[in-house]
Parts: sequence; structure tokens; C-alpha cells
Amino acid sequence: MNLTLFVPELTLAAAAVAVILLDLFVRDKRWLAWLSLAALVTAGGVAIGMWHGEFGALFNNMLAVDGFAIFFKVLFAGIAILVVLASTDYIGKFERFQGEYYALLLMATLGMMLMAATADLISLYIALELTSISLYVLVGFLKDRKSTEASLKYLLLGAIASAVLLYGMALVFGFTGQTQLGAIAQALQGVSLAGSPGLLMGIVLMIAGFGFKIAAVPFQMWVPDVYEGAPTPITAFLSVGSKAAGFAIILRIFHSAFGLPDWLAANWGMIFAVVAIVSMIVGNVTAIPQTNIKRMLGYSSIAQAGYLMVGLAALGFAPATSVMGQSAIIFFLTSYALTNLGAFIAIIAISNQIGSDNIADYAGMGRRAPLLALALTLCLISLIGMPPAAGFMAKFYVFRAAVLNDLLWLVIIAVINSVISAYYYLRVVKVMWLGKAASPENLPSSTAPRFALAVCCLGVLFIGIVPGLFLRLAELAGKLFQF
Amino acid sequence: MGFNWLTTILFLPVAGAIVIALYRGANERLIKRLAAVFTLIPLALAIYLFIAFDRSAGAAGLVQFEENYLWIGPLNAYYHLGVDGLSMPLLLLTTLLGFLAVLISWKVHDRPREFFAWLLLLETSIIGVFVSLDLLLFFIMWEIEVIPMYFLISIWGSGRREYSAIKYVLYTLFGSAFMLAGILSLYFTTGSLSMLEISRQGLGMVQSIMPAGAIFWLLFIGFAVKLPMFPLHTWLPDAHTDAPTAVSVMLAGVLIKMGGYGMIRLCVSMFPDTAQQYAQIMIILALIGILYGAAVTLMQTDIKRMIAYSSISHMGYVLLGIFALGQVSLTGAALQMFSHGIVTGLLFAMAGLLIHNVGVRDLRQLGGLARQVPVMTAVFSIAGLASLGLPLTSGFAAEFLIFVGSYSSTTVPHLHVYTIIAIIGVVLTAGYILWMLQQAFYGPVKKEYNKVKDADGMEKFYMFLLVALIILVGVYPAILTDMFKLGIAPIAGMF
Repeated sequence: MNLTLFVPELTLAAAAVAVILLDLFVRDKRWLAWLSLAALVTAGGVAIGMWHGEFGALFNNMLAVDGFAIFFKVLFAGIAILVVLASTDYIGKFERFQGEYYALLLMATLGMMLMAATADLISLYIALELTSISLYVLVGFLKDRKSTEASLKYLLLGAIASAVLLYGMALVFGFTGQTQLGAIAQALQGVSLAGSPGLLMGIVLMIAGFGFKIAAVPFQMWVPDVYEGAPTPITAFLSVGSKAAGFAIILRIFHSAFGLPDWLAANWGMIFAVVAIVSMIVGNVTAIPQTNIKRMLGYSSIAQAGYLMVGLAALGFAPATSVMGQSAIIFFLTSYALTNLGAFIAIIAISNQIGSDNIADYAGMGRRAPLLALALTLCLISLIGMPPAAGFMAKFYVFRAAVLNDLLWLVIIAVINSVISAYYYLRVVKVMWLGKAASPENLPSSTAPRFALAVCCLGVLFIGIVPGLFLRLAELAGKLFQF
Repeated sequence: MGFNWLTTILFLPVAGAIVIALYRGANERLIKRLAAVFTLIPLALAIYLFIAFDRSAGAAGLVQFEENYLWIGPLNAYYHLGVDGLSMPLLLLTTLLGFLAVLISWKVHDRPREFFAWLLLLETSIIGVFVSLDLLLFFIMWEIEVIPMYFLISIWGSGRREYSAIKYVLYTLFGSAFMLAGILSLYFTTGSLSMLEISRQGLGMVQSIMPAGAIFWLLFIGFAVKLPMFPLHTWLPDAHTDAPTAVSVMLAGVLIKMGGYGMIRLCVSMFPDTAQQYAQIMIILALIGILYGAAVTLMQTDIKRMIAYSSISHMGYVLLGIFALGQVSLTGAALQMFSHGIVTGLLFAMAGLLIHNVGVRDLRQLGGLARQVPVMTAVFSIAGLASLGLPLTSGFAAEFLIFVGSYSSTTVPHLHVYTIIAIIGVVLTAGYILWMLQQAFYGPVKKEYNKVKDADGMEKFYMFLLVALIILVGVYPAILTDMFKLGIAPIAGMF
């Protein structure tokens, strides 16, 4: 076994411990942020270096180190870097436990990286729990009533989801006698529909378990409360990182283990298509009456999960050799990560100053904080899926994959949903640029979040206008499955 | 390939928008001058291209000033620009109205930096629609236009501006959602995003995988919302009425032409059989649009709303001309788009000026202004007469071609009956135009308007320019029709 392939994960684990220790000795807590950033940059950098190197497997084929895993490792490191940058201001809200905050953030990132790399049901479960438990604590970090309630809700529902997932995995194991994804795939060859209702049951239960992670309807109950109650950087992290990790693991399992035979793939493809429709409609329609911007983005993230699942449905109906579904989802996740993080960072910067998450209080931001308002506008336009922002290209690419696999009806439902979403996203834009400001003074903002926001916005524009590079990366990442 | 003329024309306005937005030191005067320069150069270049355009018969169906670079490799999407006989005059019209819109907005004093930045971005996106030959690029340009329109209407508009703005956005997005699905299906069935390639190869292979009719309708809905076709027109009166003057001019002048252009370029030229199959339905909808639009116009009292409703009626002629599917009728439809652009653009500019100078927009309160503002009265009357299709104006040439073309077209049954019904619309048009002129300018002089100012120098400049164009096209329509024919001949040749 070649442990050099495990360096990114080891770096993060070591840094998480180091941050807690350092917390005991330094007064100036900014060092903690710097240390976390250094660890994340190292981990991401090492992962980038592995892209052209030799791929391999770790721990008895428990973890895969392939192009797909490496792509997501870099993505998660990038997301975590932006979240840490966005946290530096916000973290002033809690006097104590700053070390724990960063350490848990690093642990959650580590868990996500493992999720993308997992090649075995056992390691999958461990990675998932590592991420989830870290996030349960982070959600409750504000320790006020809303935050505590959110944390408890997240914990209880998350535990149930884990149990359902475990049950599904047990059924799959019972049918195939294997936990390793490649071995499951082999055992499934030649299985027919009539002989295996239990297998389908297991797969459905696993979808339910993952549905919780990616916030798909009907497993979305926790989303609005948790998004509203959690510290805003953690909300951003949840909405982007947790969702991306969930989709990474779904892609890996459903491509590697359940990709063949075709009847099976078509079956779960249809399940994802139906869940996608429900998620898009519920997410978009319930987002309309929201008055709290974090809640609104919570519902919007449910709808976005729906668009992503259009890609999963395409994956199910695509021939097993095609990489279109995978690369579409990977590309969408990348652009969604930049867009949604950008939106949340702008919200953190604005809300921190005005002390409110209510959309109505954003009135006049176009005057008081023109750059922040412009950035938020760009991100919201990207979330609608309008050019020249990244969101358009992402949707175009996902919908293309769906149309190419005869899912035009699903795409029509999805594009109509995009129109509905324009209404509530533009409402925020309207309030910011047309509303009367409560006070004339300008909002100050500090360097770190501004830098993070600039990275997001430039990324959104870059992917939106010249997406070629990222499309190619996504295609490669989708192709480079080892298992 | 030489100099990239079209890229230059396309990106100069948006470059101006960026300069205006970022140049913090610029005062209002400088901003307006910058905006004027950044729209005047594209106009000059477009005029040059118009003159340099190869009009020989051999150029029929050929794309000129073409630029083609690989843009997104994995998607097989190209940055592909070019103009043919159909799009060249529309490009000229867009740059012309883009420049005049800046002059028309000279009296905007509220947040001028943002206003002109959005206005210039709007111009770029409209130019982009007319010069793109790649479906993805076309769609992106089509969509980008929504954002500036939203801000322009909702910030600088009047009346129920926020309602009108969001209504406009939702209607447009609704239409383009279907269009996106249509483009994806087209892409799926042909494997190409190139408009030229798809029209050239025909859709022989399409029917086997996906019914061509479905793709046709998906695309058509997007264009029908924009044109606007009855019954998808209800956004138009609101948006026109509440938009600031320059935006009404752009909206009526070129934006809604995107719908007609798209119908000819995509629906008719790529799906000739399907277009013929459904032509009768389209023509009936066109007739409803013509008559219903005209009838509703007769009942309006708000001057801008009146012109807005008249656009629905006039766009009905365009739809009739397109789906009569003959060489003459299609040429007439294209000419009508150009003519309506300058005529209605002028009408909106005049209405905006009138409202600005008089402060009243209700026709029943106006009256007798001919004595007080003779220049405006004269120009308004000419524009009105052009709108009702008086001979020697561009409106006459266009409508005459449409009627002759549709009456003689044999591709659709019963066309001469439909044509005769459509001509009734002209009578109604004459009714509301004359009523409007009489209400506003004639009749007893009202003393309270004695101090109303007439047009100033700059206003006279753009008015007379447009009047001259209206008459030039009316007297010598071949200057445009010769060019339109080059673009339309290969399309009409398919029927």
C-alpha cells in the first residue's frame, strides 16, 4: 500500500489536531484560521499534484484514488478554504471554542474527501458519519435557541437517515454477499428483476439515506430550520460541501455498483427523475413566500438538488459507457459551489453589519454596499441559470445530458421550474437595488471575505463565459473511475 | 478573415458600459458623451458594412463578414458570427436605434451611470442575437437582454414599473425556457449547434428520433412570446407603457424584432415542412393579433399604451407575412420589421418627448398642441401616417409587399381570404392613428399648454433623421428589399 496517496487526508487530520492544540497557546485566534488555511491549501495542492500521477487503491480497496476522487478532493479543499475565509469575521460572535470550530471544519472536509474516494460500503458509512457528526456540532455552534434546535433536528433526522441507509446497505450486502463496489457490480450481472425485489428495496433505501444528505424531497424537512439556525458560514458549507459530497458518493455507487445491468439502471434512473421533479417543484414553490434570506436559499438548494438529479436520471438512462451524466453533475456541482458560496459570503458580509437575515432589511444595499450587492446579484442570476453566469452553462450541460438520453419531458419540467425560481431570486435583487435604504451610511467589509467573494464571482463569470477548461476537467473526472 | 468587424460592433457597446460603470470620476456630461461615442462607432461601422455588403445575385444565402472560432470544445460550440441579407438591415437598425436611444435619454438625470451602462449592455445583447450563427451563442445573447431590461424598466420606469418589469422577465424567461429545450433537442438530433449547418443539411434525420413538430413548437413559443403573438402578448402593453422612453424605443424598435427574426431564421428555414403544415393556424393567430390589437388600440387613452397596442397589431402583419411562406411576403415581413422599428421607435420617442414637455399622457386632456409645438406635431403626424401605411412612407411599402405576397402565395390554402380580412386592420389603424393625432394636436388651443417647449436641437436631429429614413425607405424600398431578398431567397425556395 502506498501511503503517499493518502497525504491530503493525513494533512487534514493532523491539522485538525494541531489547531486544537494551538488554540491552547495563542491569544490571537487568527493564527487558527491561518493554520487551517495552510493545511487546506497543502491538501488541495497535493491532490492537484496527484492528478497526473499514478492512481491506486488504499486499505484493501476500501478507498480509491482515481481522477474522480482527486477532482472532488480539490473541490472540497477549495470550498473549505472559502468557508474559512468567510468565517474570519463571523467567528467574532463566539468568544470560545474557535479552535474547535476550525478543527471540526477540517474534520468535516476530511470526511467529504473520504466520501468521494470510498469504494466500499463500510468505508462509505464511516466517511459519511465523520462528516455528519462534525456538522451536527458545527450547526449548534451559536448556542442560541434557534441554533440548538437546528442542531438537534439535524442530529435526529440525520441519525434516522443513517439508519435507513445502513438498512439499505445491509439488504444489498445480503443479496450480493459483497461490500466492495466492484464486487457488488460483478455479483449483480445476470440478476433479473423478478428475482430481486429485495435488492431494489435496498437500493431505494439507500437513495432515501443519500436523499437526506443532498436535501432531496421528501427528505428535506431539516433544511429550512438548519439553514436558518446554523452559523451562516456553516450553512454555506452545508449547502455546498455536504451536497457535493452526497452527489459524489451517489455517482460513485450508482455508476460503479449499480450501473449494470441496464434494467436496474433504468429503474433507479426513473426514481431519481421522479424525486428530481418533486424536489424542483417543492423547493421553488416554497421558496417564494420566504422572508428570511437563509431560509430562502435553503429552499433554493432543494430545487438545485432537483436540477442535479435530472443529471442522475440521465446517468441512469445513459449507456454504461457514457460519461455524460457524471461529467454534467460534476460540472454543475463545481459551478454551484462557486455560485452558492459567493451568495452566502455576500450575505455573511451584509448580515453581519446590519444584524438581520430578513430580505426586507436588504433594501438599498445597491447604494450602501454596491460591490457586495453586485456580487450577490451576479450569484443570484447564476442560480436562476441565466447567462453569462456559470449557472447557465451548468444547467445547459445537465439538460443536454438529459435530452440526449430521451428525457426531454424532464428537461421541460426543469426549465419551467427555472422560470419560477427567477421570481424569488429577483425579488432579492429588486429589494437591494430599488428599495429605500434604512440608513445612508456605507457598509464596511473586511479583506478576507472580500477576497473570497472576488474569487467566487470571477469563477462564476469565467465558467459562464469560457467553460471549456472546466468542462474538460469534469469530463476527465467522470471518466477516471477506478472502480 | 481580416478585421473582425462584427466582433467590434458587438462588443463596443458593452465595453462602453464597463468604462462607464467603472470610471468613477466621470460626471453626468461625460457619461452621456461616452455612451454616445460607444454607440456612434458601431453605427458607423454598421453603415460601412451595409455599404460594403455584396449585393450581387451570387451572394444569395451566403453569410458575409463571417467570424468563426472554436469556443467550447467539449460542446462543439463555436463563436460564430456573420450577417446575411436578412440580418444585415436589422443590425443596422439596432445600432441606429442604440445610438438614438442615448440621444433620447439625454434628459435622464437619475442615476445616469447605471442607466447608460444598462442601456449599452442591452444594445450588445440585441446585436448579438442578430449576428450569432451558433445556437448556444444566440441563446445566451437572447437571455442576457432580460437583465438590463429588468433594471431599466423597474428603476427608471413610471407607473406600475416593478410589476411590469417582473412580468416582462417572467414572460421572456418562460418563452426562452421552451426555446432552450428546443435548442437542446435540435442539438441532440443533429449533433450540431451551427445554424448554417442545420439549415443546409435539412432535418431529414430528425423525424426518426424526435418529431420535428415538437422541436418546431418548442422554438416557436420562445419567439412568439417576444414578437408578441396573440395570446402571448399581454406583457407588451405594460412593459412599453411603464418603460422609460429610450427603452420603449429599443423595445418596440428592435427587441420584439428578435421574435420575427428567430421565426424566419430557425422555425421556417429549419422546419419548412412543419411550418407549412401549421401555417394556417399561425395565420389565423396573426389575424386575431391584427384585428384584436387594432380594436384594443382604439379604446386606449394613454398615449404610450396606445402605441404599444398598435405594435401588437403591426406585428400581426409580420406573422402573416412570415407564414404566407412566399418570397414576396417574407420580404414584406422583413421590411415591416425594419419599418416598424423606425416608425414606432419615432412614435415612442415623440410620445416620450411629449410627456416630458407637457407632463400629461392622457389623450383626453391633450389637445390643440399644433399651434404651440409645430415641429413635434409635424413629426408626430408623419410617424403616425407612416404607421397607418400612407404611400411614400416605409409603412406602405412593407404592408403592400405583405398583402401582395400573401394574396398571391399558393403554399397555404384560402390565403386570399385571410389577406382581405387582414386589410380590414389597416382601416382600424387609420382610425386610431387619426383619432390620436386629432386628440393631441388639433382641435381648440388650450391655454395651459402655451408655455410648452417644442423640440430642441438634439431632439430635432434624431427626429428628422428618422423621418428622412422613413421617407427614404418609402420612396426607394429596394435599398432594403434587394438585401432582404438575398437572405430570403433560399428560404422561400424551399416551398
